[in-house]
Amino acid sequence: MEILVCVKRVPDTAENEIEVNNDGSDISRDDLVYSVNEWDNYAVEEAIQIRDNVGGTVTVISVGDDESEEVLRREMAMGADKGILLSDDAFNGSDGKGLASILKAEVEKGKYDLIMAGAQADAGAGQVGGMLAAMLDLPYASLVNKVEVIDDKKLKVGREVEGGNVEMNDIELPCVLSIQTGINEPRYVGIRGIRKVASVEIPVRSASDLGISPDTVGDAGSKVKVLDYFVPDLGEGAEMLEGSTEEIVEKLVELLKAKGGIK
Amino acid sequence: MTQVFAYIVHKDGVADDTTLELIAAAKKLQADAQVTAIVTGSGSDLDAVCTEAAASYNEVLKIDNENMAYPNAEIIRALLLKIIPADGILLVPHTTFGMDLAPGLSVKLDAAFVADVVDFEGLDGSNLKLVRQEYSGQVSTHVSCDISSGAVINIRPGAFAPDESKAASGSVVDKSSEAQGLTAKRSYLETVVAEVGDVDITKSDVLVSVGRGIEDEDNIEIAQELAEAMGADVSCSRPIVDSKWLEKSRQVGTSGQTVKPKVYIACGISGSFQHLGGIKGSPFMVAINKNPKAPIFQVADVGVVADILEFIPEFADKIKDMQ
Repeated sequence: MEILVCVKRVPDTAENEIEVNNDGSDISRDDLVYSVNEWDNYAVEEAIQIRDNVGGTVTVISVGDDESEEVLRREMAMGADKGILLSDDAFNGSDGKGLASILKAEVEKGKYDLIMAGAQADAGAGQVGGMLAAMLDLPYASLVNKVEVIDDKKLKVGREVEGGNVEMNDIELPCVLSIQTGINEPRYVGIRGIRKVASVEIPVRSASDLGISPDTVGDAGSKVKVLDYFVPDLGEGAEMLEGSTEEIVEKLVELLKAKGGIK
Repeated sequence: MTQVFAYIVHKDGVADDTTLELIAAAKKLQADAQVTAIVTGSGSDLDAVCTEAAASYNEVLKIDNENMAYPNAEIIRALLLKIIPADGILLVPHTTFGMDLAPGLSVKLDAAFVADVVDFEGLDGSNLKLVRQEYSGQVSTHVSCDISSGAVINIRPGAFAPDESKAASGSVVDKSSEAQGLTAKRSYLETVVAEVGDVDITKSDVLVSVGRGIEDEDNIEIAQELAEAMGADVSCSRPIVDSKWLEKSRQVGTSGQTVKPKVYIACGISGSFQHLGGIKGSPFMVAINKNPKAPIFQVADVGVVADILEFIPEFADKIKDMQ
């Protein structure tokens, strides 16, 4: 099976506290630790497992700048066979549809049976997989947490729905899936693995390579634009307990006794 | 004026809570909006849902087809393509169904798409200003959306206060003929209900809930010790289950269990809306997190900025000493 997995380089929310920058034009990007989007990592692991079971190749693809290459390399160290970087200044500021149309241009150059993406990334929209499927006229299933290959024409997939229930579907190949976390246990990538793929060439495709007119993507082609960032105000906020740990523990015990939290 | 539509989610003949939230959202979008509800499904349950929706919407489009007994996003997408006009705005609840349906639908409609919207801040010509969040709710954004060729907008459940006025007495129009002959390359088989674990956290009065801040599987023990000292049960957020450190039945959130404790102690949990969506009944909430800017502090009653790995053992020891 020929599998393509879309991945994105994002600030690692487990490693960073995300804050708004001084003028609210972006998050503060100084000293941020970046990594592969967590959902995408599960998607790549799933792709590798499917390939190991039924044969084929796994290609990882990303829209981003030069630094996204390290993310592609990391996923190749996990076991992906090939990487492709779609990079052009014209792509900057693309909305979901812009990203999907850039990916579409490359997908159409290949012949893929299965295309996977993480269920969401840093902006939390969860949109690129579904848009790409619609642009390619392929069936789509989102939030997938179970994949079973029935034959070369059909998959059985589970979608994680409300309450932790799993909605089972048959889906025809070729198709697009967005992958939910927890579907598998992504393998560890060691320094040695990264070294092994350090010299593998990763082709870079520009807008003109892909036949994309610059005014249809990036900031120019986007109907949806982020205007500014701010700190959400969800409520009055908690009463913050301060003092030494001992003092805080004491106060907390009193409060919890009063509220019935300590039996 | 742009036509506004709302997709109604329903189950067992009862409209979902989001039905009244979408009409509230539509009115915030455009104060005098004429809003059309779209109700799809099959059988007698559908009439009850349509009647319920007509109390709040000016018009209800009923689409009754056995193909729609279970909402298969691919089939519903094909149907909505026939119903939504070129410059129409469709509001969809940002549920697992809405996430499945909407991005692709916006492509097919050649309309703009915005996911997981929590507020509207005005419409200026064809430029709609919306509010959403990024990075699991750590930051919010104002977003502009060009709605000149229509828009599909997913609304976060619970973000808009329900409009209970029910003063519309709208008409129900049968559009079932539009559903003829729609096919899909994906077919629904069954829903596998989540397994019940050894502890039913939906019945717990006091929950000690752990998140990413616990850092390692071996540290789960300290939360278990605290829970034991308090007479509480241990629950958790999604990353803990993804890491297989605790069983799925202990996960609080929209993709896990909905809990209604009296007291909820969130330990090392940042407070994404998916997690908070699983906590009902306004419990007394204590948040312990080393990040002073964690969103959880905005919704908790009491907050402690501390590393849970150091704080929880001291807290547990104190309770044990008292006993």
